Amino acid sequence: MLAESLFFSAVLFVIGVVGVLTRRNAIIVFMCVELMLNAVNLAFVAFAQVYGVAGQVFVFFVMTVAAAEAAVGLAIIIALFRHNQTVNLQQINLLKG
Amino acid sequence: MPKGDFSLVYTFHFYLFGLIAIVSALLFVTRKSPVAAVLWLVTTMFCLAALYVLLDAQFIGAIQVIVYAGAIMVVFLFVIMLLNLGHPSELADARGAGWKLAAGAVGIALLAEVFTLTRAKIPDRLSLPPGSGAQDIVREGAIAPIARPLFTEYLLAFELTSVLLLAAIVGAVVLGRRRQDAS
Amino acid sequence: MLLQNVQSSASQALAGTATQWLWVVPLLPLAGFVINGVLALIAPTHFGPADPALAHADDATHATHEAHDGAHGADVGAGAEHDHADVAARHRFAGITSFVGPAVLILSFLLSAVIFWQYKSVAGDSHEPFIQTYFMWIPAGDLQVSASLMLDQLSLVMLLVVTGVGALIHIFSVGYMREDPGYPRYFAYLNLFVFFMLVLVLGANYPVMFVGWEGVGLCSYLLIGFWFSDKANADAGKKAFIVNRIGDFGFLVAMFMLFANFGTLDFDGLQAAMNGVTAGGALVTTICLFLFLGCTGKSAQIPLYVWLPDAMAGPTPVSALIHAATMVTAGVYLIARSHFLFALAPVASLTVVVIGALTAIFAATIGLKQWDIKKVLAYSTVSQLGYMFVGVGAGAYGAGIFHLVTHSFFKALLFLGSGSVIYAMHRAYHATHSHDDAQDMRNMGGLRRFTPVTFGLMWIATLAIAGIPPFAGFFSKDEILAAVFARARESALADARWLGIPGNFVLYACYVLGLAAALLTAIYMTRMMLYTFHGPNRTGEKEREHLREAPWVMTGPLVVLGILSAIGGWLNLPEFLPIGPVGTLEHWLDPVVGTSALRLTKGVAPEIAPSLEYALVGAAVAIAVIGMWIAWSRLKPEVLVPKAQAKPEEGFERVLEHKYYVDELYDDTIVRPTYSVSRNLLWRGIDVGLIDGLMVNGSAWFARGVGWIGSALQSGQVGTYAWVLVLGVLAVVSAVTLR
Repeated sequence: MLAESLFFSAVLFVIGVVGVLTRRNAIIVFMCVELMLNAVNLAFVAFAQVYGVAGQVFVFFVMTVAAAEAAVGLAIIIALFRHNQTVNLQQINLLKG
Repeated sequence: MPKGDFSLVYTFHFYLFGLIAIVSALLFVTRKSPVAAVLWLVTTMFCLAALYVLLDAQFIGAIQVIVYAGAIMVVFLFVIMLLNLGHPSELADARGAGWKLAAGAVGIALLAEVFTLTRAKIPDRLSLPPGSGAQDIVREGAIAPIARPLFTEYLLAFELTSVLLLAAIVGAVVLGRRRQDAS
Repeated sequence: MLLQNVQSSASQALAGTATQWLWVVPLLPLAGFVINGVLALIAPTHFGPADPALAHADDATHATHEAHDGAHGADVGAGAEHDHADVAARHRFAGITSFVGPAVLILSFLLSAVIFWQYKSVAGDSHEPFIQTYFMWIPAGDLQVSASLMLDQLSLVMLLVVTGVGALIHIFSVGYMREDPGYPRYFAYLNLFVFFMLVLVLGANYPVMFVGWEGVGLCSYLLIGFWFSDKANADAGKKAFIVNRIGDFGFLVAMFMLFANFGTLDFDGLQAAMNGVTAGGALVTTICLFLFLGCTGKSAQIPLYVWLPDAMAGPTPVSALIHAATMVTAGVYLIARSHFLFALAPVASLTVVVIGALTAIFAATIGLKQWDIKKVLAYSTVSQLGYMFVGVGAGAYGAGIFHLVTHSFFKALLFLGSGSVIYAMHRAYHATHSHDDAQDMRNMGGLRRFTPVTFGLMWIATLAIAGIPPFAGFFSKDEILAAVFARARESALADARWLGIPGNFVLYACYVLGLAAALLTAIYMTRMMLYTFHGPNRTGEKEREHLREAPWVMTGPLVVLGILSAIGGWLNLPEFLPIGPVGTLEHWLDPVVGTSALRLTKGVAPEIAPSLEYALVGAAVAIAVIGMWIAWSRLKPEVLVPKAQAKPEEGFERVLEHKYYVDELYDDTIVRPTYSVSRNLLWRGIDVGLIDGLMVNGSAWFARGVGWIGSALQSGQVGTYAWVLVLGVLAVVSAVTLR
């Protein structure tokens, strides 16, 4: 099932990419990133079935890091929201120039 | 999972969950309301968990449901509710049609290239005989095959990840703190 | 080691004589240039008529007018009163210049005369030239050009003419230009011109000669446009220089071909190399034709003669020196100096003859209908130069040079005489504040009563140019015509074919054209004399009181030239008239050009039976006399009216007066298209559009564009950065995929 899994993984990943490029709501963009991570996890698990359990160990780590990242990222979004009263990415451009 | 070849039931379920995952992902990306989007993402994750189970990674599937769908997505939902961002009316937030088209083109290009790349032949000597994952689980249980490398080969990464979690907790608390007006 | 004498039998014989001081001869005028130039620079300079109100604004004739011929008081500052005209406020250094300017020339001439006498007595029939090398000028691999001066019989003749006639004209200029505000500048340019002319005639190789060639072109430009604040004069100077340049291109190409094929550019080296070249080859013919192109430019032949009439915008002594006696004869000298080339190319020599003859008659027809006295003389010069080219083209180098010498005498006399006339006219007009044209013959008439000395001398010159014996022109012109006739009967030229036409036919035709041109010469010169000096005076009642002869500083040189025009024929008496030594000049030049002349006549000196000779000469004289009689009887000065009241010409006369509209033709076919290409293609298209627009502004625009892209990337928005990231990933993955 490796090829099919990789196919699903690729499609999910691309959907995540399109979402990141298209959406302006910060939280939705963040969730698209999570989707991408999940797609990668699927690829890892599929490879683990063929190449050994190290793939699953890696998935383990990915999930951990994703959790940590989600926590910090959402904290940042909250801080942003308090500052700009919006999570619309197009209006957050203090780094402009 | 089955011994040797893949039965029809197995294949059918595999494709089913895969399809639902993709459809849920598409729906997730296109929702205007963040709450609806979160819920569709949760659906995707559930399907992915099912796929993990079908791929002999039961532990990972369980973790997926518990951690990802159950904790991370809940945090997302929590923040959305906290900031009161749930109303669809405020959020006509996708970029214009041209951008969507461009994004779609980029996506298709990426997809095509990934497919091309995955055509590479997998050398036989590097791959395990089919069904070896299932045999491990029968022998030792579902968790032991993951736990053993985790605490032996990848111990360093394990410890670093725990430090990372610590840092994340501290960072989240600091960043989320409301500013004091005095000082 | 500066100053080496090339070892030759001539140089050994000449060691210890004045020829060692050859280099002083051109250096003296150069010193004069420096002194006068410094004087001109340190004193306030004026570039034109001091009083613009006196400029001839009503003159419709374009680019011909010398606005002020030196007869005005130099009023510094604007709005001068005419009463100051009699009080000549001269240039501050006029005194020094009046001494230095002519003195260097007189000294140069005296030195040249001494050199000549010593050369004549020691090495008069030497076949080897005396060459003095000063330094290696261009040591570039195979090309070794030294800065050398050469002295042989030919260059000695030219030397004497240039310094002698030049000295006389310098003396004349002292009187003529003394009141001009730019007096030192004038003499500086004039001295510089003589320097370059001497370099030209004394050069021992083509590049040194070319330095002189270009230099006289430069000085011609400077002197024609001497009063350059009048745009017409500046235009005339530009025209002369540019047209000359076209000829110079031909000279250069010829030099390139000579070097490429023979490896040297020295005259004696090339002459030796010619021994191995067969006659009539395409290479030598091409080289000669390119050299002749240079000659048509410098010596005003068809098609590059158009600058010479316009050059009359310069001061009259300039016209006398440069455009009558010296610069325009440089082309004739070039062909004579390149005799070894032209002798091997009968077709090229025939071309020279044909163009010379055509120019002679063409210019003569135009001269019939010109009203400006200097224009008549200008076209006369072009016509007489045609004669000289007929001579050297036919291989009669001695005859051509002879006519060059006599022509310098009587043409200089004619120009200086006309200068004297114009001087008187200007004085008259100035005194009455009139704005009439002082050079137009319709405003003159009956001047013999007012300027008798000039009148007499000009008649001598007219008789000379018309070819009336015993004056100089008769002998020289007849020599050329006889040479052509003899070669038409039997010579290498007659055997050759020119554009398919047999050579003898061509030569006979040119002979007839020469006779016709002689007829016309007599007519228009007599016409000029008639309208200027005879008949009633049309200058005006009040002006008449002020007409008088020029001072002796100006008429003195005229007298000397008059004497030379009268007795100049003695230089080369023909065989059938043995009233004195026969063929002095031809024998003198024989060591230089003799072999080449014989090559063209197939080894035998051309002979004409004495009876036939008498017949031909008689015919020529008769034609001249008939021409003068036609003019005298048919042209009535009494019917002329002053220029202001004259009616415009009609019909063919109008065509003649407008010089066959050649200038207009050149303008339409060459000048305007060049202008258009320059302006539209080169300027707007390439310069403004391509270089300025695309490359200069385009690079700036490109840099700004890149900066704009850069700033667009720095939007501060995460979405943009995400896009860039994904595009980067796409690029990398593509690179891997497509590998």
